[in-house]
Amino acid sequence: MELEFTTRTTFDKVGTRPPRPDGTDKVTGRALYGADLAGADMLVGKVLRSPHAHARILAIDTSRARALPGVKAVVTRDDFPDIGPEGTVKGEVEENLWDVARNVMARDKALYEGHAVAAVAATSTAVARQALKLIDITWQVLPHVTDVDEAMRPGAPLVHEDMITAGMDPAPEEPSNIAEYTRIEMGDIEAGFAAADVVVEQTFRTEAAHQGYIEPHACVASASEDGVAELWCCTQGHFSVRDMCANILGMDLASLRVTSSEIGGGFGGKTTVFLEPVALLLSRQSGRPVKMTMSRDEVFRASGPTSSTSITARIGATRDGRITACDASFRYQGGAFAGSPVGYGAVCGMAPYDCPNVDLHCYDVVVNRPKAAAYRAPGAPMAAFAIESLLDEIACKLDIDPVELRLRNAVKEGASSVYGPTFGTIGFVECLEAARDHPSLEAAPGPNQARGIAAGFWPNYGGQTSVTVNVNNDGTVLVSLGTPDIGGSRASMCLMAAEELQIPYERVKAIIADTSALGHNDTTGGSRVTHSAGLATIAASRKVIDTMKRRAAAVWDIDVDAVVWDQGCVRPSGANAGDHEPLTFDAIAAMAPATGGPIAGHAEINAEGAGASFAVHVCDLEVDPETGRVTVLRYLAVQDAGKAIHPDYVEGQYQGGVAQGIGWALNEEYIYGSDGILQNPGFLDYRIPVASDLPMIDTVIVEVPNPGHPYGVRGVGETPIVPPLAAVANAVSRAIGQRMTETPMSPPRILAAIDQAP
Amino acid sequence: MSLQHVTTTVNGDRAEFLCDTMETLLDALRDRLGLTGSKEGCASGDCGACSVMFDGRLVCACLVLAAEADGRKVETIEGMAGTGELHPLQTKFLELGALQCGVCTPGFLVAAKALLEENPDPDETEVRYWLAGNLCRCTGYDKIIRAVLETAADLRGQ
Repeated sequence: MELEFTTRTTFDKVGTRPPRPDGTDKVTGRALYGADLAGADMLVGKVLRSPHAHARILAIDTSRARALPGVKAVVTRDDFPDIGPEGTVKGEVEENLWDVARNVMARDKALYEGHAVAAVAATSTAVARQALKLIDITWQVLPHVTDVDEAMRPGAPLVHEDMITAGMDPAPEEPSNIAEYTRIEMGDIEAGFAAADVVVEQTFRTEAAHQGYIEPHACVASASEDGVAELWCCTQGHFSVRDMCANILGMDLASLRVTSSEIGGGFGGKTTVFLEPVALLLSRQSGRPVKMTMSRDEVFRASGPTSSTSITARIGATRDGRITACDASFRYQGGAFAGSPVGYGAVCGMAPYDCPNVDLHCYDVVVNRPKAAAYRAPGAPMAAFAIESLLDEIACKLDIDPVELRLRNAVKEGASSVYGPTFGTIGFVECLEAARDHPSLEAAPGPNQARGIAAGFWPNYGGQTSVTVNVNNDGTVLVSLGTPDIGGSRASMCLMAAEELQIPYERVKAIIADTSALGHNDTTGGSRVTHSAGLATIAASRKVIDTMKRRAAAVWDIDVDAVVWDQGCVRPSGANAGDHEPLTFDAIAAMAPATGGPIAGHAEINAEGAGASFAVHVCDLEVDPETGRVTVLRYLAVQDAGKAIHPDYVEGQYQGGVAQGIGWALNEEYIYGSDGILQNPGFLDYRIPVASDLPMIDTVIVEVPNPGHPYGVRGVGETPIVPPLAAVANAVSRAIGQRMTETPMSPPRILAAIDQAP
Repeated sequence: MSLQHVTTTVNGDRAEFLCDTMETLLDALRDRLGLTGSKEGCASGDCGACSVMFDGRLVCACLVLAAEADGRKVETIEGMAGTGELHPLQTKFLELGALQCGVCTPGFLVAAKALLEENPDPDETEVRYWLAGNLCRCTGYDKIIRAVLETAADLRGQ
């Protein structure tokens, strides 16, 4: 469907901050999340997980577990149909089905500690736990590797014995842990460095961070004897869950209905399946509903963290601060399966800068760790850490203000950067200027304090979206969406429908419909929902208006071209102007039964025109030279939202991304022992920022309208996590006089860096 | 093992349930009484999503045994709003957009109410330290802290 529009800039409702339609249920405890559904006769499902980082499964004997009273089903690798290695399915990113199926349940080998190897359903949690202990597995423990650089060395233990690196010419003869190599080139790299007056080079490392959503994965599956099944789960994309489960289990899509519960955080981590296909199998086997929830320990050990990375980058610039060349090698591990976000990282790092000569080498590496899942701007924060740190180094060497350095190199409309497409209307320069002019920069850092600046980019995304707008006979409106609302998007959709239909916001309600009620919707991810579901909501609303015009014209017995939509009414126009009293939205809604039946608008689109997103962050902090502890004193996040539909939730995205980024920069890391076992699978030892760790987080919403959206919207969710690793690192480096090259910048690392400082 | 009979008071009403002696108060509230407003985020007392009042004391329900509730008074998020009217903290959270996914919100509200009952005039640092046992991964805490401070000011009549 083609929606014709010119981007508007004045609004009645968009840009206001009304309470969200789902808010009261969430402050009263009524809202139902993944683990909150209870069904009659429901069983409890539990998963047995590998205690080894890498081990061949020689045999699984479930007979003792099956014999335990109260055990109603036991599932292992033998219960999954064999699917070919070629199929893919789209979550937030395209995933290989064979990999997803093997991540859900180990086959010949357990590939990481926590990998599922069997599951049971029983009448109580206690019985299910007891049953897991009665499953006998014969293991052959294998050597393992969890570090990305070690995994790339010749002779490293092989996660997949037959993995030949894709993308190399000629193809290597020997298998390795490098799943894929990609090279991205632009210009003439040697000429670029020859033109440079200053060249900086450094290797950076980031540890894996977990999305850290407070709600663990949870689902309830109910399969009936006729092959039809229902699934309730917390997910960012219930259509993707349906597609993945159906394909893994050999079902057709119409036979599986998935309802998304309220979702307690996702950040990319709830864009794939873990428990869901297992719960469906357990339900099918037992003939009863099965509820499965992960413990926090399982969330850390078995659901997707982001990649750990190792990046070597080199940037050259002229004396006056013009970037002439960048070459870099990006090494990202994606856990036990191919598919790390190394490609996104590589292009996002340099995307904000007009650099003519670029040569990027990308390595997608497998290790014995949980399969990496998307985490907010997948791959970009680590690359930005490297690139933005080197830019800070150049700013220091050339004695140029770091914002000014970025202004001299910032991409503008019409620039073609390494990211690929030529940039349209973008707001990077506006963000830099807003940061430069912000009053919080007037405060001069004190002793042991410093300011760090960094920028960030995310391309944003559109994608498949299907929306229905139903008009009730009393003039209220119901919007059915297929994109789970992870942070207030129902409020934004109601605002856009109310704006378009010119009716009060309070007259519009929105729900997330299940997979049987709408056409396919891509997952909530890639910062796509406010853009693409917004586009579809506006398009569906315009169809409602078209229908209303036809109904009014028919009532007046005049041609539909002789009526206009104006301020929430249909009026006769032209020669008929003034012949009839205008018909209000409510009046036409009330007449619907007598004028042709229900009034509704649908839109089924594959949204394009997502506007690229840029942010600039400023971090002021203090380092305690005795302990190495960092206190963040002030933080400013400036970002282009195109148009903020509901500014509270735009600011919330900025602030939340900053908090996650600060956690990643200072505290959070996956810690593995030499045995390949995760040492800190809990919130006590994997410490995400708490309220007393952070200051207020200042935000500036820059609005450079995106011409690809009728209201100018740009997605805002991903970009806020891109700059913080570098902003914090640049501040710490300036405070202690030594470049920080690893995250997290924990007190021991900072003390070690202080010792090395000249 | 036979189940234990517990008689307790939840949100002012007498409640009875049978529970395993190993079961937590959080399990009993959610699975025995159907009060799912208290959430399990960690089951180890680290996230605060199951914050409830237990004889007037703020606790993590995942760290209390269900059997301990016998003869005690439990207050949960479900009892926070008056009849047909939200508590001022609930209203302020909605006004300021102090929630995104909302799964930590019940715990924050129960904990914040306990703070304001003990200290009606907390400063920002006091609010941040009081709520340091409640994890939120969405908001960066900014709007939550503002909502608590503004509610406190409103309740003081400022």
